[in-house]
Amino acid sequence: MKPGAFSYEAPATLQEVLQSLAVWNDNAKLIAGGQSLAPMLNMRLARPERLIDINRVNELTGIANRDGRLRIGALVRHDALASSEMIRSACPMLAHAAETIGHYAIRKRGTIGGSLAHADPAAQLPLVTLALDAEMEIHSARGIRMVPARDFFLSIFTTILEPDELLAAIHVPLSSPQEGWGFRLFNRRAGDFAIVSVAATLARGADDTVGGLRLAIGGIGPVPVRAEQLVAGDLAKSLSKPLSKDWPARVGAVVADTVEIEDNERIPVAFRKELVAALTREALDQALERIAERAS
Amino acid sequence: MSEFDPVPIVLNINGTQYRLFAEPRRLLSDVLRDDCGLTGTHVGCEHGVCGACTILFDGAPARACLTYAVQAQNHEITTIEAFGGDGTLSPVQQALHEEHGLQCGFCTPGIVVTMEAWLAENPDPAEAEIRDALSGNLCRCTGYHNIVAAIAKAAARRREGGPT
Repeated sequence: MKPGAFSYEAPATLQEVLQSLAVWNDNAKLIAGGQSLAPMLNMRLARPERLIDINRVNELTGIANRDGRLRIGALVRHDALASSEMIRSACPMLAHAAETIGHYAIRKRGTIGGSLAHADPAAQLPLVTLALDAEMEIHSARGIRMVPARDFFLSIFTTILEPDELLAAIHVPLSSPQEGWGFRLFNRRAGDFAIVSVAATLARGADDTVGGLRLAIGGIGPVPVRAEQLVAGDLAKSLSKPLSKDWPARVGAVVADTVEIEDNERIPVAFRKELVAALTREALDQALERIAERAS
Repeated sequence: MSEFDPVPIVLNINGTQYRLFAEPRRLLSDVLRDDCGLTGTHVGCEHGVCGACTILFDGAPARACLTYAVQAQNHEITTIEAFGGDGTLSPVQQALHEEHGLQCGFCTPGIVVTMEAWLAENPDPAEAEIRDALSGNLCRCTGYHNIVAAIAKAAARRREGGPT
């Protein structure tokens, strides 16, 4: 499998990249780690005339903690996300999720920006950025705009990025000290994309009530979805207090029954529904355990 | 001359400089084998799944089939040819030999390159961690048991400062 012909450039500055993108527009593809794009090129599912390599652009690297958020450069590789002390302490779920991506050699090359711009509906980083209310910093020769994760993913392999735009950085709010988190995915072979994945954060309120819940589910439709609103009514009533041992299972059951699961020939809806129930329960169990660990 | 024509490329592979012409679309795996004569890098799936073509890109494992040769300029590329040699074997090679960790040997170069780098970062791995690290390299002969045993043996030897 060999890619079709393309011309190539590797600019050293963001400005040069944006200028080139403005010229080549949708005839160009940006390449960072190449762990999603190169397979698509090799299989000729993508046929750009121009490959703009952004690996030399220093402005797209690095992790900084500012104004209560982490700013993560688009070129930060999965392995660096997983091992960064700053990310492990400030956004532990993001570090953990990065550790589960693909394989060792893939994590050494693949980048956060690449994974998000590729927007595989079952990928870890779209799910986690959605769960954590991240914002995407998008640059073009026309200017800069910020887009929340929940508006960024439009459909399978499709984001809000225009052809002349580049995802430059991801801003992730810091994990709150009151918050526990859980991340669970199911796949049949190590390193595969998940069949279903769930990310959750949970804050415990007074008297063991639910102080705040964020729940995101991947692998059930064209984009990952937030699902805590599906239990909002129940949370206000019986599910809200006390935060009992069977609470995660009850939330899992309600979400699995109400969330929309796209039919597909490969994996029956019934199976994915069971996975949603089980993985939601497990993710919330993990979140409760982490809250308890912090309290002890 | 079109912009898709071959371009001059300078590669630094195993400490040796190679000068060649290649189209931008040429995979690093193909250029290593066909243009540089370094046929130890094997080509399996050509979409990053099988791990046979794994090389080191600035010391970190990378799929040569997901890298275009033009991208590898100004970087240090290390291939299987850099491991062992002159009648000696690297720790992973030696342990694979002793533990019968290969049969046809097609996946072996990728496994050696990946695991030498991985053991440098993970000197004292548990068996489950070895299996997880190996999940990126497909082997259709061995059933993995002997490879896992070999990696554990190589790890122990590295820790003891044994044969390198």
